[in-house]
Amino acid sequence: MKFWASAGLVFSLAVIAAAIVKNEYYFFAGYTVLMFVVLATAWNILGGYVGYVNFGTPAFFGLGAYTAAVLFKATAAPLALQILAAAAMSGLLGFAAGLLTLRLRGIFFAIATIALVVIIETLINNWRYAGGATGLQLLRPPPTAPFESYVKMLFVLMAALAVAAVAIARYIERSWIGRGLRAIRDSEEAAECSGVPTLRLKVFACTVSGALMGAGGATMPMYLSFIEPASTFNLNYAIGALASPMIGGTAGYLGPVIGAILLSTVQQVVTVTISSEMNVMVVGVLLVVFVVAAPEGILGLIRKWTRSSSR
Amino acid sequence: MVFSFDLLLEAVVFGILLGCFYAAVSIGLSVSFGLLDVPHIAHPAIMVFGSYCTFVLGRYGFDPIVAGVVLMPAFFVLGMGVYRFYYEAFERRGSDAGVRGIAFFFGLALIIEVGLILAFGVDQRSVEAAYIGKSLSIGEMRVPLRFLVAFGVALVLMTALTLYLSKTFTGRAIKAVAQDEAALRLMGANPVRIKQWAFGIATAVAALAGALLIIVGPVEPGLDRVYIGRTFSVVVLAGLGSMTGTLAAGLILGISESIVLMHFGASWAPAVSFGLLLIVLGIRPQGLFGR
Repeated sequence: MKFWASAGLVFSLAVIAAAIVKNEYYFFAGYTVLMFVVLATAWNILGGYVGYVNFGTPAFFGLGAYTAAVLFKATAAPLALQILAAAAMSGLLGFAAGLLTLRLRGIFFAIATIALVVIIETLINNWRYAGGATGLQLLRPPPTAPFESYVKMLFVLMAALAVAAVAIARYIERSWIGRGLRAIRDSEEAAECSGVPTLRLKVFACTVSGALMGAGGATMPMYLSFIEPASTFNLNYAIGALASPMIGGTAGYLGPVIGAILLSTVQQVVTVTISSEMNVMVVGVLLVVFVVAAPEGILGLIRKWTRSSSR
Repeated sequence: MVFSFDLLLEAVVFGILLGCFYAAVSIGLSVSFGLLDVPHIAHPAIMVFGSYCTFVLGRYGFDPIVAGVVLMPAFFVLGMGVYRFYYEAFERRGSDAGVRGIAFFFGLALIIEVGLILAFGVDQRSVEAAYIGKSLSIGEMRVPLRFLVAFGVALVLMTALTLYLSKTFTGRAIKAVAQDEAALRLMGANPVRIKQWAFGIATAVAALAGALLIIVGPVEPGLDRVYIGRTFSVVVLAGLGSMTGTLAAGLILGISESIVLMHFGASWAPAVSFGLLLIVLGIRPQGLFGR
């Protein structure tokens, strides 16, 4: 009950902000923050619950973005349909990739997901209809009724998507699926022996994670009015999606949310005030510091702190 | 597409040169990841760092290969430090070393990459030497001399490392630690110290590989991302830790990449190494010469 109340509150705050605040920059920045909430939450379903490191975020994200862009170019489909199609395509990729690669453990899976990014980027680079390496210019249609600007509309849409992603992650975490996934993380052999359908659960997690990443990328072409492979399949999405849960805490659905909000806000500030190189540096340093010094992330630190002060 | 035998022959010759070079840049990873099981994603980044050190030394008149050799002791120490840190922070704690260890090396690669951007900018850098820019003509074929030099150094490097691992006491200890750490401990040897030594050697080799990298072509800070695919596909295809396998796998990658490059164009080339990697992982995860 408390979760749904706060989720509703967050979403209504986003709507109210869209109605009151005039400066469009905040919505540009806010969109990115919320997008990373979606990506980090999606990443954590496979990376945090099951313990499989996925560097393939740009593959799922980019496939979602390109699905939406191509669909829009071909049929001028509405935004909702673009998002659904993107989620379906990326979910399908997650399903196929999961079946092929989830038999691999640890670093092998991680490397295989990097391979996925490069292969899909190469395919898109050679696909003339989708603009190839030079990219595709897209003409935004006028925003739908209650919204006066397209960016605000995308911002509210992304807020809804973020709430949905967190709700899905929370559901998975609390159901028998989540228990099975955690059992796999702790010991795959033991889980298999205890009757946990390990491969099926892993593929399920990979599919849901991929679909959410695809949905998170679906509105990117409209957000930029433009899409091109080099920036769409950029490894920086993998970095953000991986670093946020690591910093926030991978154990529960709240960790990636906290991590993503913190990390992408810091990134926005550093990019604007110092430089975009420095922003990647900050992520790298934070990532290393957290995995070494605080393996349970910010949530783990808070838990440790409250436990020691209550004693 | 017109099929031409001459073009194929040229692709194969070039692929062999390229393949030896790929084997040389992967052999450090073959030790650190293949033998020691450290998820060393930062290996290509350290190699690119070596290229930049070579570039800096080149300004003071050092030949790139000499510079690479000069850098080896410093990189050896650096590697020992990195392994010690990794061991203390992850391996010794034991819990969840997988996810966090990978994230650690990923973060390290980022820091190196951005550090290089901040220090040198994103422009491509190259070195000068007598053999760079010239090429050797064999009949109709023109082979760039820089590739021949890299080829020679690569062969020397690999022979030396193979001999070291099979003939010397420490080398055999490194192989032993890969096979059975507990047994080694029972024999009275300290596996951590041996691993640290081996990681140092792997990093020193990466310095020389970095020198080869900047000889073969200009480097930029982001180059490590491409080489993650190439080095890992060579090491996995070889079968973890197999030195002869590394050469064979390098040749397979080099030849297939150069054939794709000549027949389909440069835009398809990046997918070759990763495609090969996926195929190997799917069909024969233990590699060609798996242990």
